Amino acid sequence: MIKVGVLGLQGAVREHVLSVEACGAEAVVIKRKEQLDEVDGLILPGGESTTMRRLIDKYDFMDSLKEFAQSGKPMFGTCAGLILLANNIIGYDEPHIGVMDVHVERNSFGRQRESFEADLDIAGVAEDFAAVFIRAPHIVEAGENVEILAKHNGRIVAAREGRFLGCSFHPELTDDHRLTGYFVEMIKESKQLTI
Amino acid sequence: MKTGTDRVKRGMAEMQKGGVIMDVVNAEQAKIAEEAGAVAVMALERVPSDIRAAGGVARMADPRIMEEVMGAVSIPVMAKARIGHIVEARLLEAMGVDYIDESEVLTPADEEYHLNKKDYTVPFVCGCRDLGEAARRIGEGASMLRTKGEPGTGNIVEAVRHIRKVNAQVRKVVGMNEDELMTEAKLLGAPYELLLEIKSLGRLPVVNFAAGGVATPADAALMMELGADGVFVGSGIFKSENPAKFARAIVEATTHYQDYKLIAELSKELGTPMKGIEISSLAPEARMQERGW
Repeated sequence: MIKVGVLGLQGAVREHVLSVEACGAEAVVIKRKEQLDEVDGLILPGGESTTMRRLIDKYDFMDSLKEFAQSGKPMFGTCAGLILLANNIIGYDEPHIGVMDVHVERNSFGRQRESFEADLDIAGVAEDFAAVFIRAPHIVEAGENVEILAKHNGRIVAAREGRFLGCSFHPELTDDHRLTGYFVEMIKESKQLTI
Repeated sequence: MKTGTDRVKRGMAEMQKGGVIMDVVNAEQAKIAEEAGAVAVMALERVPSDIRAAGGVARMADPRIMEEVMGAVSIPVMAKARIGHIVEARLLEAMGVDYIDESEVLTPADEEYHLNKKDYTVPFVCGCRDLGEAARRIGEGASMLRTKGEPGTGNIVEAVRHIRKVNAQVRKVVGMNEDELMTEAKLLGAPYELLLEIKSLGRLPVVNFAAGGVATPADAALMMELGADGVFVGSGIFKSENPAKFARAIVEATTHYQDYKLIAELSKELGTPMKGIEISSLAPEARMQERGW
């Protein structure tokens, strides 16, 4: 059975676990870096990216996350998780994990009162995906190898670069598991490649 | 495109789970909190223990404090409005505050009615001592709950009482037959539809944080152990001897609340926590948890 890790330092961990299970895979909450060896792919959940970064540093997670990214196993970042994956964060000198060739802007739709729901057409996933955006970032610029999966009002809100998948919104907050299912398929494909 | 939906408002609180929300009174404290790993800050004029000491009427903070704090940090900023004070809440919403706490820590503006929180785009958090109170607040549109505890005392006993009570009552509702729920709704003073929802979900439909009396890393971990989704720390941090260290230790203890060796390590050489107050020494009218209906 496919094992999907969910980084469990802070944020919407339970919702991702339920979503992974709904897609027929096993979910593992990752609180210690040693646990990364157990899983075939990793979800970086929504939460507060500043807080997650502090905890990642505190527990010496960063090198292990970078190694995981280099190992060929897929990673999926939602909202704060997308910020962790991006190789450029507007207004900041350094990226976090920095493995996905996108420039992201934090809180780019505004404060909480500007947070919203919208229906999205996500290429290869769904034409009518109810997406929940909360103090969300967006992808300002994507590298040439990045496949743009969805836009909202002209802004890129979901993209894939090889084994890395990122989105601005929170698929874990609804009962629509199609995007998580898409990620589980990515993991299955990558496992077949390694075998 | 829709703003202010239940999913957007409740979802915001979901993102705070496993985290610590800290009371701050200026930009400098807000930065210390963010640096320590807080998931949000609560901008106030005075922390609860100072409100308690000052007496008189406690109101919404000066908007300049909110502005200063919002300008200083990138994490969400919450602020408190008096129970039932429609205009304080509207002001905070207009200023762009990310979450409003309709709080018993301030002097209530209405002794009968809480805000109709469904009317607002900004989400609300409210205090509760039992499931009836929790369900009434959700019924009015609260998107997040917290225990009331007894604010500004540094004494965890009331917060423990409240989280145990709510969770025991949730378990009872989940285990009941559907034909028993209307009577239970009557007894609790809770909306019937909400009890049906709790039964089908197996839990509350919104997150429930601990608040009111958290003074040490072990207190924060205790509340997580008892099923809180995260922790508010009011006076506990900036009334301690070494706020930055205290703040970091409370964040870590909340993340790893079952790692007792780590919490023991964190608790070493922290300096003196805030001085506490024994609840029985408080006059009934000084108990903030009795406010709210």
